[in-house]
Amino acid sequence: MTIYLQSSPHIRGKEDVRAVMFQVVLALVPGIIAAVVFFGARAALVLGVAAASVLVFEALFLRMAGKSVKDFALDGSGLITALLLAMNLPAGIPVYMIVVGAFVAVLLGKHTFGGLGNNPFNPALVGRVFLLISFPTAMTTWPVTALADMDVATAATPLGLFKTDGADALSAWLANNGYVNLLTGNRGGCLGESSAIAIILGGLFLLWRKIITWEIPVTFIASVALITGIAWAVSPDNYANPAFHVLSGGLMLGAWFMATDMVTSPVTRKGQIIFGLGCGVLTAVIRLWGGYPEGVSFAILIMNGFVPLIDRYMVPKHFGARGVTA
Amino acid sequence: MSLLAFRKGGIHPADRKELSAAATITALPAPGTVIIPLMQHIGAPTKPVVKKGDEVKVGQVLAEPGGFVSTVIHSSVSGKVKKLADVPTAGGDRVPAIEIVNNGEDIWVDGVDLDATEIDFSAADDFKDRIRDAGIVGMGGAAFPTHVKLSPPKDSPVDALVINGAECEPYLTADYRLMIEKPREVLLGVKAMMLVLSVEKALVGIEDNKPDAYRAMRAAATGELAGIEIKLLRTRYPQGAEKQLIEALLGRRVPPGKLPFAVGVIVQNVGTCYAVFEALAKNKPLIERVVTVTGRAADKPSNFLVRLGTPVSALMEAAEVSDDAVRAMISGGPMMGRAFRHTEIPVVKATSGILLMDAEEFTARQERDCIRCGRCVDACPMGLIPCDLAAFAEFSNWDAAAGVDDCVECGSCQYVCPSRRFLVQWIRLAKAQRRRLKK
Repeated sequence: MTIYLQSSPHIRGKEDVRAVMFQVVLALVPGIIAAVVFFGARAALVLGVAAASVLVFEALFLRMAGKSVKDFALDGSGLITALLLAMNLPAGIPVYMIVVGAFVAVLLGKHTFGGLGNNPFNPALVGRVFLLISFPTAMTTWPVTALADMDVATAATPLGLFKTDGADALSAWLANNGYVNLLTGNRGGCLGESSAIAIILGGLFLLWRKIITWEIPVTFIASVALITGIAWAVSPDNYANPAFHVLSGGLMLGAWFMATDMVTSPVTRKGQIIFGLGCGVLTAVIRLWGGYPEGVSFAILIMNGFVPLIDRYMVPKHFGARGVTA
Repeated sequence: MSLLAFRKGGIHPADRKELSAAATITALPAPGTVIIPLMQHIGAPTKPVVKKGDEVKVGQVLAEPGGFVSTVIHSSVSGKVKKLADVPTAGGDRVPAIEIVNNGEDIWVDGVDLDATEIDFSAADDFKDRIRDAGIVGMGGAAFPTHVKLSPPKDSPVDALVINGAECEPYLTADYRLMIEKPREVLLGVKAMMLVLSVEKALVGIEDNKPDAYRAMRAAATGELAGIEIKLLRTRYPQGAEKQLIEALLGRRVPPGKLPFAVGVIVQNVGTCYAVFEALAKNKPLIERVVTVTGRAADKPSNFLVRLGTPVSALMEAAEVSDDAVRAMISGGPMMGRAFRHTEIPVVKATSGILLMDAEEFTARQERDCIRCGRCVDACPMGLIPCDLAAFAEFSNWDAAAGVDDCVECGSCQYVCPSRRFLVQWIRLAKAQRRRLKK
């Protein structure tokens, strides 16, 4: 018989990395369904190409790094990167660009740093931002949704409309479409930018399963609402209202799925609050005063860079360090 | 009703106590040979006072304390000293031990009354000396000499005695059975220690996964024992850790690097209270203890009353352990116990359980890179960042790893870690290195 000798503890909880990752994949399913409903087969193609190419590159780079392809390529983390990358792309993007994005995400975003756990930046966002800078037109050409009652093939996102044409154009869009379409997702945008409700549903599942904590999504969304709310209160003619900002663009996907990426966010609750606030403030600032209509990706990547610093200073107090309480 | 519990961190592992919870404490026959290590406690080693060939009785002193923080060691059988030799222990190191061949007659030293049921509380002045002479140490696993614990420093007045009935380690049921079968005796031991410390306040903490034990102790806390408070705790590991238990029961927090004295508290384990009762009522030294033998590889999980020095193999045989099923053998509980492989290691004063895990319960795993999920941070009851401490240890950054000094090695971090990191092992390494560098 084989007797194992190892250091205590000798029992482990049930959830390993794979279990954690596949619950995140599960949480993305409502958003994926919404994307396919609104953008049709083309959305499914984007998701499929992203998944296939990420897995191929994973296997390739794992092999180059001398790691077990069997143990790591199918641990679910690659699939999450693929799905999140796809959710950050417009449905009409050329296929080869998806492959390029997947290559950058997996190589530059993940494996150059030593693979899962060692990457400072969210791999899917690294891929997305690379594509945004390299192919600005393709990355900002938004097919209208399958349910849209229009004859045109593409349309600006509401945020883009606001950035280029101003508050009046947005008001006209809102008068035509209303907030319901923002919530359900019947509007232009990336796959995962459409349905706020589907994303929130997945996020709540992650909260319930304790895969993520409330700190990041709540502080992220609340600070965007607060800052855009202040701007709107001061000058409603020039700025959109906070409800619009909260429901638009990639905020929901970013706050629930991207900023909460455990590898690239702080480990302590205090740190997560700082991180969420930072993401929210940067997003609002970019949206209101920056050159891009949307700032979620940049905000998260910038805050990713601050995580080691945050983790260094936002440490919990050791038990009893506050002294006797009774 | 909102139950008491410590505030930060902790986990809820499946307690698996159902395996052995119903097994009444049964005396295991004394073996043909006992192996009695001279070091069964924290502190200075003992000095043997017998030599090869000596005839000894049950309860006879084999070794004297080697200092103040030390204790007495007694023979657990009557017979002849066969040899003094180094033997392996659950800790993996070899320690000097006395081997005694049992003559099977069970002849006790004079002055022991095994049928006594009461403690003469008028003689409290002698209690501490008698507790030392009985060789009593903390029975929960730490094995710190009890008489030393009962001697608080003069500048730290103690006003409360906390009794650990939490038995928060999964699987173990030794304290649970004692509280059900010997509640009055345990509480008499508590009362005796209250007198030694001259404290009015004593609280027994019992987790709510042991309602029977809570009821039995409540029922026994009457008459002269009515002042002892029996408290129900919300089950949460590691409630039985000293600092956590004090916080749960009294709301006091022992500062980092300090002992419970600092907040006016002394903690004793239920098994220790029972040993104190036996010493003071029966004049019986610590020569046996209750040991839970459990795990799925044991066909007959049991709670045995075992003579110290009995080889673990005898316990395994009595619990009908199927050798082929065993994947890991643990002395103590699954969270903090030590894995061993020699089945001839002896039961010592600190042996609370022997856990025989099968392949369903124990899986050898590979660790992978930390994914920085922060679960260990949330689980740590001491407010540490285990993932970082382990990383510092991995890269030999001993200064940065200073936080390890506050780690109690409860294992909560490693239990929840999805990357299956050996966090506690890394932290132990850092602790050992830091100790070495300080010297």
